[in-house]
Amino acid sequence: MDFFLLLLTSGIAVGGIYALIALGFVLIYKATSIINFATGEFMMIGAYIFYTCSVLFGLPAIPSFLIVMAGAGLLGLLVERTILRHMLGQPTISIVMVTIGLSSILMGLAEIIWSSDFKSFPALFPRAPLVIGDLIIRSNLFWGFIVALATVAVFALIFKYAKVGVAMRATAGDQLAAFSMGINVRSMFTLAWIFGSIAASIGGLIIGNIGGVQPNLGGIGLKIFPVVILGGLDSIGGAVLGGFIVGIVENLAGGYLDPLVGGGVKNVAPFVVLVLILMVRPYGLFGRKEIERL
Amino acid sequence: MRIGDFKESYAADEAVFSTSTSRFWLGGLFVLLAIFPFMAGEYLLYMANITGIAIVAALGLNILTGAAGQISLGHAAFVGIGAYTSAVLANRLALPFLLCLPLAGAASAFFGVLVGAPSMRMKGLYLCITTLAAQVIFEFFFVHWESLTGGIRGLNIAAPTLFGCDIGTEFGFYWVTLVVVIIAATVSRNLFRTRVGRAFIAIRDRDISAELMGINLFRYKLYAFATSSFLAGIAGCLWVNHLKSITPEHFPLHESIRFLAMIIVGGLGNILGAIYGAIFMTLIPEVLQTILKFFEEIYPQAMSFLFPLQTVVFGFLIVLFLVFEPHGLAEMWVRVKNHFRLWPFKH
Repeated sequence: MDFFLLLLTSGIAVGGIYALIALGFVLIYKATSIINFATGEFMMIGAYIFYTCSVLFGLPAIPSFLIVMAGAGLLGLLVERTILRHMLGQPTISIVMVTIGLSSILMGLAEIIWSSDFKSFPALFPRAPLVIGDLIIRSNLFWGFIVALATVAVFALIFKYAKVGVAMRATAGDQLAAFSMGINVRSMFTLAWIFGSIAASIGGLIIGNIGGVQPNLGGIGLKIFPVVILGGLDSIGGAVLGGFIVGIVENLAGGYLDPLVGGGVKNVAPFVVLVLILMVRPYGLFGRKEIERL
Repeated sequence: MRIGDFKESYAADEAVFSTSTSRFWLGGLFVLLAIFPFMAGEYLLYMANITGIAIVAALGLNILTGAAGQISLGHAAFVGIGAYTSAVLANRLALPFLLCLPLAGAASAFFGVLVGAPSMRMKGLYLCITTLAAQVIFEFFFVHWESLTGGIRGLNIAAPTLFGCDIGTEFGFYWVTLVVVIIAATVSRNLFRTRVGRAFIAIRDRDISAELMGINLFRYKLYAFATSSFLAGIAGCLWVNHLKSITPEHFPLHESIRFLAMIIVGGLGNILGAIYGAIFMTLIPEVLQTILKFFEEIYPQAMSFLFPLQTVVFGFLIVLFLVFEPHGLAEMWVRVKNHFRLWPFKH
């Protein structure tokens, strides 16, 4: 039972971080209908910027964090302006491939700039693990979870109450109507990329803080697909729930099945669950069924 | 000078090679391909073989993604299934190469249909992600079904023979690859002139309209998955018989993306495009290596950048082609040809 609870809590903690990264993905998808295969690489770049600021330049955590947000926002802006603006209205395959190409570029550049060596962060959070009853949770994981949830909450509040957030939701709902209400739809697209990039980079920072950074850190971005598809591509609440489901499933499956088949279950289990859920609900748990007209 | 495109009979209209000039150049190409192995060294033959195998796989993906419009992120897994099937059949049952080839294709096609089955209920991005799931799941089986696949150590096979000849050498294998490439290209070119191929294109262009015209979407999507992964399986069989060993690392997600990049750089839905793309993407790493070798004299550490630089160039190629030349190399080639054909009367 203890083993189960241990897996469950670490699953929930990891799930919170997945939820944050998935949020970055869904923000972009909702506003622009672009499925961003480079989310993982945005994470990786965010983590590297933090590494550069805090280790190479010796800045304290808070300024480094702000620089990461600024850098990630700039990256999102740059990517949207230079590449994805040209891709509006192109077929799905082109858009998917452009973001895959982008992820390849970012990964290669990161390896050229920071080399492929493993880099670890200085300790950001208090070292003492959290103890609840018999359970012990690693402090990095716990604090990462808290930061991830706080970021998700901030984004949720922006969407609910801030003028920008409302404008973005309006754009996602109906572009034409948003146009006629005087919303600058194009700048909303750019803003979606900036927000998405920031959310992903904070996720990357948390993951980098737990396990260090390498150019292939972006591989974790692949797990975002089960997360977002489970919840339905266009649902923020679904992304958060999907994050928790995937986090818990992969930890439980990894914990119980890995000894039986010799490892690797953690990576494959979310995809198996994904296929099973899509068989029953083709648009994910909370996705909207698209109504198409000729 | 040819200024118009007049067809006087249906036979002429349906001909694949519409002019005698193109037939002449095609003949020239065949002659060149037949002389090539006698002139080329071991390395060039090796390059020709891996290019040929890439062409077969790219032609397969071109049917599914280029013609039928279903994005597949799991093509490398199908190549892997073909390769493993062939290796297991050759090792355990000692089946000859000629029998392994279609069986590898059939095994891949079977799993292709299995992966395509969810297309009954979903499409577009959701289907694309299921193919990603297939890639991840198959890769897991390659690594962990050790009794069959040999785990991460993989499998080795003996040099294959064909009609009593040893085709284990680069020279011998060149002829096998060449014949398979020609058959695959002819079959997929002709596929697009049949009912099935045209149904694929209709599905890609607008699936709802296609359904209204009486095309059974589910069935034809399964056909597309089957034919595409059949060719992938054939490519896999060639692949394992060429290298004579196989490990799960040879079929990662990155390889699937490389196949997609081939057909995009070449030109989606275009047979020649798939061929150009496969050649181009196979040669790019070699070209980069040559360039870096050149720089090594000035900057001795240049070679350590080879791998990341390949990744960057790979990404840039995809992005630049999609932004500036969405119809790919095939379209560029047509433009160059037209320029010379109409020269000096440009307008």
